Amino acid sequence: MVEDFSSEHPVGDVSPSQYKSEVRNLSFYYGSFSALKNINMMLHEKKVTALIGPSGCGKSTFLRCFNRMHDLYPGNRYMGDIILHPDNVNILSRSVDPIEVRMRISMVFQKPNPFPKSIYENVAYGLRVRGVRRRAILDEKVEDALRGAALWDEVKDRLHQLAYNLSGGQQQRLCIARALATDPEILLFDEPTSALDPIATASIEELIADLKDKVTILIVTHNMQQAARVSDYTAYMYLGEVIEFGVTDTIFIKPKNKQTEDYITGRFG
Amino acid sequence: MIAVLTFLALFSHMLIDGLPRLSWDFFTSFPSRRPGSAGILSAWVGTTLVMIVTAAAAVPLGVGAGIYLEEYAPKNILTEIIEINVTNLAGVPSIIYGLLALSLFVHQLGFGQSILSAGLALALLILPIVIVATREAIRAIPVTIREGAYALGATKWQTVSDHLLPYSAAGILTGIIIGLARAIGETAPIITIGALTFIAFLPPSPFKEEFPYISFEWLMAPFTVMPIQMFNWVSRPEEAFQVNAAAAGLVLVVMTLTMNALAIYLRYRMRKNLKW
Repeated sequence: MVEDFSSEHPVGDVSPSQYKSEVRNLSFYYGSFSALKNINMMLHEKKVTALIGPSGCGKSTFLRCFNRMHDLYPGNRYMGDIILHPDNVNILSRSVDPIEVRMRISMVFQKPNPFPKSIYENVAYGLRVRGVRRRAILDEKVEDALRGAALWDEVKDRLHQLAYNLSGGQQQRLCIARALATDPEILLFDEPTSALDPIATASIEELIADLKDKVTILIVTHNMQQAARVSDYTAYMYLGEVIEFGVTDTIFIKPKNKQTEDYITGRFG
Repeated sequence: MIAVLTFLALFSHMLIDGLPRLSWDFFTSFPSRRPGSAGILSAWVGTTLVMIVTAAAAVPLGVGAGIYLEEYAPKNILTEIIEINVTNLAGVPSIIYGLLALSLFVHQLGFGQSILSAGLALALLILPIVIVATREAIRAIPVTIREGAYALGATKWQTVSDHLLPYSAAGILTGIIIGLARAIGETAPIITIGALTFIAFLPPSPFKEEFPYISFEWLMAPFTVMPIQMFNWVSRPEEAFQVNAAAAGLVLVVMTLTMNALAIYLRYRMRKNLKW
């Protein structure tokens, strides 16, 4: 299955061990509405994979399968597997607790959504949930996460102020720090810059480029230039299906599929 | 506008009649046959104790029910019926609650004509207010905050206790205070239960000299409350008792308005830090 897939798409000659995650025959239903149809693709370890496509194509729905966000609402149903390496767990399996999945896979949302708490408490919350109580450990992890999100220098003197006092871009970096604090294996970004101005957007993109040394990233974006700038692999989705998946440069320079080409050249979407 | 004018007219009338009667003695004297030496000691103590029981029963039950309905209950016919019921309960005449309390608390459960029975009756009365306020306060929290907590691996209970409850505390507190402000003025259910209209002693003190220092005997004591004291005085023929009633009414109105003002202040204070 996997071998078939990689030979079908220009993803290079990587061995399966370099995949962080494999999606096999994934379908997803909101009640009876089929939002995702038989998706097969993989996330490369410590690379950025972008999901592009017109509104309503299911890219956010797909992203939210990775941390089982759909479990929060009744009537949603997954079919197929998302295998997480190296331990080969199917994170969609009923026997896997969604909380366990979210412990390993963090998410950054479309609009910055800091908690109405202090900057420090925002970053520390993921650790507190995991039962970390020791002040020294919390302090260290909070600092690391804020440094990782390139926010430390701006906030180190006001860690105990309310997170709402930060600017929009800073709030989004705070949310990234919050997601990083727990050392996730995969970081999901759901259009992280759509609510931000160009300068804040540039800083987030820069940050994503830095983060891929540490963590596998899956990003949904509306903005094709952004996908081209930040990602190593790109999947073009349309009406719940992955139309084309491959190395970003290939997808953008010589897409195989006519539909992908139309979308990328702006003739459609 | 008309409502404000009506209130001002009533209030100023009461103010003119009652204000000269207010003195320290008025608060520290028991009711008496002589209007000049009668006071509202047993009434305000009774009101305070009944309110303590009401809050102790209605707050955990109401907030718990609100959280359950909003966060835990599955969306099905049963919860929908419960929801409609809760809204309807807010419209049931208060005397009906009095009848329920009379048969359930006073007779069936054997609590007697006590502070406990009255407190529980009023708790039932304000339960819908507390439930609705809790649900609305929780619902006002944006879904992104909730998802943010879950995405970090929080359990349902962690999300509720670390986020939803603290962020909705202002709204819930407002609901509780408005509920209590309503309960404080309720007369009908208390009369139905059988509060005494003339009572010249205080319930046993909740604090004791010796171990365990706290006593719950007062729960079972007979009592009176402010509106009933007023009612008693109003029904007397002597003019001087009418003045007493006006003075007691003044105290009651000030109590209620103070509680409402507190609710508004708390809401303002706590909302300041939450903007979404």
